[in-house]
Formats: sequence, C-alpha cells, structure tokens
Amino acid sequence: MAEKKTLGQEFSKGLIKENPVLRLVLGTCPTLAVSTSIENAIGMGVAATIVLICSNIVISALRKVIPNKVRIPCYIVVIAAFVTIVQLFVKAFAPSLDASLGIYLPLIVVNCIILGRAEGFANKNGVLASAIDGVGMGVGFTIALTLMAAIREFFGSGNLTLKVLGYGTTLTDIFHLGETDVLTAIGLEPILIFILAPGGFFTFGLLMACANKVAESKGKPKAELKGCEACPMAATCAMKADGKECAE
Amino acid sequence: MELNNKLTVSASPHVKSAETTTGIMLDVIIALIPAGIASIFVFGARALAVIAVAVICCVLAEFLSRKAMKREQTIGDLSAVVTGLLLAYNLPSNMPLWEVALGSVIAIVVVKQMFGGIGQNFVNPALLARIVLMSAFPARMSAGAFVGLNNTGWDVDGVTGATPMGLITLADGIKDGAPNLMQMFIGTTSGCLGEVSALALILGGIYLIIRKVINPIIPCAYIGTVAIITLIAFGDVNAMLYEILGGGLMIGAIFMATDYTTSPITNKGKFIYAICAGLLTCLIRLFGSLPEGVSFSIIIMNILTPLIENATKPTIFGTVKEKKNKEADA
Repeated sequence: MAEKKTLGQEFSKGLIKENPVLRLVLGTCPTLAVSTSIENAIGMGVAATIVLICSNIVISALRKVIPNKVRIPCYIVVIAAFVTIVQLFVKAFAPSLDASLGIYLPLIVVNCIILGRAEGFANKNGVLASAIDGVGMGVGFTIALTLMAAIREFFGSGNLTLKVLGYGTTLTDIFHLGETDVLTAIGLEPILIFILAPGGFFTFGLLMACANKVAESKGKPKAELKGCEACPMAATCAMKADGKECAE
Repeated sequence: MELNNKLTVSASPHVKSAETTTGIMLDVIIALIPAGIASIFVFGARALAVIAVAVICCVLAEFLSRKAMKREQTIGDLSAVVTGLLLAYNLPSNMPLWEVALGSVIAIVVVKQMFGGIGQNFVNPALLARIVLMSAFPARMSAGAFVGLNNTGWDVDGVTGATPMGLITLADGIKDGAPNLMQMFIGTTSGCLGEVSALALILGGIYLIIRKVINPIIPCAYIGTVAIITLIAFGDVNAMLYEILGGGLMIGAIFMATDYTTSPITNKGKFIYAICAGLLTCLIRLFGSLPEGVSFSIIIMNILTPLIENATKPTIFGTVKEKKNKEADA
C-alpha cells in the first residue's frame, strides 16, 4: 500500500489484481471445500463478504484503541462475533445452505482473507477505505469461488445449480433433460474427479495461471508473494524488524 | 539446465555410447508389440482403436504443448509414443475414445510437460493418467466393468465381467468362474488391454533385459516380493501363481516401475524400491477395498524415489564413508 489509492481503486484491486484467492492465495481451504456447486459458492462468498466488511469497519474504527501486542486476539474476537451473527442468520433463513456449508461456515472465523485484510489493511487505513476494501475483496472472493464452482460443477456433474437461497433453476431444467445431465446428453459423461479434491486443486491452479496472465497483460508483476508488502504477518515479523526480508 | 551441444564439460570417465533416447524408446516400443498383438487378438478391433487414439493423442499433445510453451520439439524421441502405448495398455477396451484422448492429454500435458518434459516427470505419466481416469470415470474402470471373453465386436457396452483380480480374495481363495492359470499365462482373460497376456509381457521384458534397456532387479524383486507374500498369505502355489499372472503386475513390474526418471539409480535403491512396491501391491490386493493395487503402489514408490536415492547415495571412490547422521535419512 505504498501509494495512496482512490476509493474506486480500493474496490477494483480486489477483483483481479489483488484477488484474495487467485493472486494473494488466501482462504484456500474453504475455496477448495465449498466450490463444488455454484449455490454453495455464492452462499459462502456472500457470508464471508458480510463478515469481511463488518470486521474491516469495526477493526478500522478501533485501530487506535487496540493495543498492538494483543491485536490478533482482539481481531479474532471481532471476527468471531460477526461470524456468529451471520451463522445464526443463515441457520434461521437458509437452513439448507447451512447444512451444505457445514463446518466451513463457522470456520470463516479463521479464514485468512478476513484476518489478512484486518492485519494488512484495516489497521492502517480509515473506516471508509476499509469498508470499500472489504467489499472489493469479498466480491473478488465470491467471483473466484463461483468461477471455480462453475467449472467443477459443470465438468464433474454435467449440471449447474443456478440458484440463490433455493430460488432459481438448474441447467438440466433449462434444457428439460430430466434425470440425465448435459454432458451425457451430448454423448459424453461427467468427469467425476472435478468434484473431488484433485479436480479442485487442478481447477484452482488453472485459474491462478489465468489470473496471473490477465494481471501480467495489464503490466502488473507476476505474483505478489514475495516481499513484506503482501505478507499479512509483516507488522509482527521479527525478520523485518531486523531489516531483513524472509525467504518467502 | 541449459545443454550446450558444442562443448560438453563433464566429469570422468568420458565413455561415449551410441545409446540415444530415441533408440531406447524404440526398444521399449518393440518390447510392447507382443502385448499389443495379444490384446487385439483377445479384444478385437476396439483394442486397436484404443491404442491408436492414445498414441496419436499423446504425440499430438506433446507437439502442441511444446509449441505453446515455445520449447524445442521433442516428439522425435518417441517417448510420447511409449506413453501412449502404456496408457492404452492400462485401459479396458470398452473405454469411450474421447476418454482415452482425455487421458493422453493428462499424461502428456499435465504430468509430463507441465513439469518440464522428458526426464522431469515426477511420476509415470501413463500410470497417473490411468489413476485420474479411474477416479474420473469409476463406472468404466471398476472391477466388473471390463469386457468379458469372446466379445471381440465393436459395440461392447453391456457385455462385461469381473477381471481375474476380482475373483480371488484372501478369505475365499480363487472363486468359481475364475480363469485357469494357462488362460492367464496366454492372456485369454478379461482386464486392461496390455495386462492380460503374461506371456507377451515376459517376452517383451526379456527383450528389454537382453538389450540392456532395463535392469532385471526391479521386475524380479517386485514380482518376487509379491510371490513370497502371496505364498505365505494363501499357503497355496496355485493362488500365488494366480496373483502373479493376474492383474497389472507383469506390465507394472516390467514396463512401468522401470521408468528411468522415476526409479532409483543404484542397485540397492532399486531393491528397496521394488520390494516396497511389492509390499504395497500385496497390502492393497489382500486387505484393500480395491481388487488391484499395482498402479497405486508404483505411483507411491515413484514419489518416494528421491528419498530412496538420498538414502542410498554411494560413497565417492577414495573417500572414507561418513558416519551415519540424521541428515542422511532426511
């Protein structure tokens, strides 16, 4: 965050250039776990986005109050509070989503994206900028998740659940296929491995390569994994205090 | 590593050999021909189609991926042909051809070229493609989905039966309806294309050993380990021979486990590698839920090969052997 950005840039950086999943490689675990259907992916993305925006706002507002030495526990308390609120809402109004997301909904507490943005952005920037950053990062997370889910679901089951909170349709219903799926209908068959973990990793890798290519074509550096700039632990890092950069 | 053709700087001894990658691959292809003929004889023209699609797609995938990555062309070394043949030999004859093509692309592009091309793959490309296809289309490649005997026609969907490996269990021994040992030796059983005929595979193996393309340690130690363990487990010579001749053991031990890139260099390392592969194969076959475990055992040992190499590093001539320290194992 060397140069000052406009609010528009704070939002748009989360989409591709600093996409939390594809470029910063944060939140990998829920990404791989829930990206098996579009419905789950959107549900997870929205839930994480709400938590991210709220926690960014609160942490940014409290950034001068929270003592530096105990800030991580303080962030976790704030994040956990919002996750609990979101979880109770989902349980009440979308019980089927709660059932399919399972443990990954409460696990948003330890999602690296949220803690990473709190540590890397909200504790250094104003409330408005932090809120916009949360929206951008959340949207970027949701887009990446949905894209992955679309690829995995289509090839893995030959179907797409174009649903939000149970409303909507599926690809097989659009083509009136009944019990069969789209891939079988055109003479192929679903490639089950896409739904399984190896297919998740494979899709993840391909999308990361594409995101790198897009960012590179816009003149951005290939990856932002090196240097202390992108590292969420930069502020507490002992090596940085000594004036060195770590191997990563 | 940049190779410079003009000047070769290397440590002694400076022995020159006429051996080339293309020559070795050609020998492997020649050694694989008997098994191919046996598979066409057993499964009919559909087998030939699977082999042709796999080979053509592998070569095409290699050509296109090298072109896309702007690297020098390597299809001349015939390694893609070998991968295609091995992949086809690891698939049932009723596999849809587009799935065969998909497997070829996975073997060449994902396993081989993405890791740097020939000599850089971390596991055997054909075997990993087989495992991917197994998890991608379980209904096609699970036991019982294979084409039964005397079904050499083109449209073979629906006429399926259990493979020999599905007809033997530790508890019951060889079940009724299993082929006899002579059938299994010649190859008139069901299964993947290349694995049915032990005779054809052994012929190919002997050719490779005579031509010094492969070292006999890996196949002998691998098959020997399986023989000893199954003999102890079943207490029956017939069951032992059945386990050795059935399934993918012969093709795995002779053609897959001996891949240069993914097997240890030293003789000691080769022994460890082959014996561990044999142990794993027996564990999966006798106690696992899958009837056959050759492909998984070889892949696991491929991944462990760097560790074996590290542990069996020979001492340099003229130096005193270092005392064993913890680092040598790590």
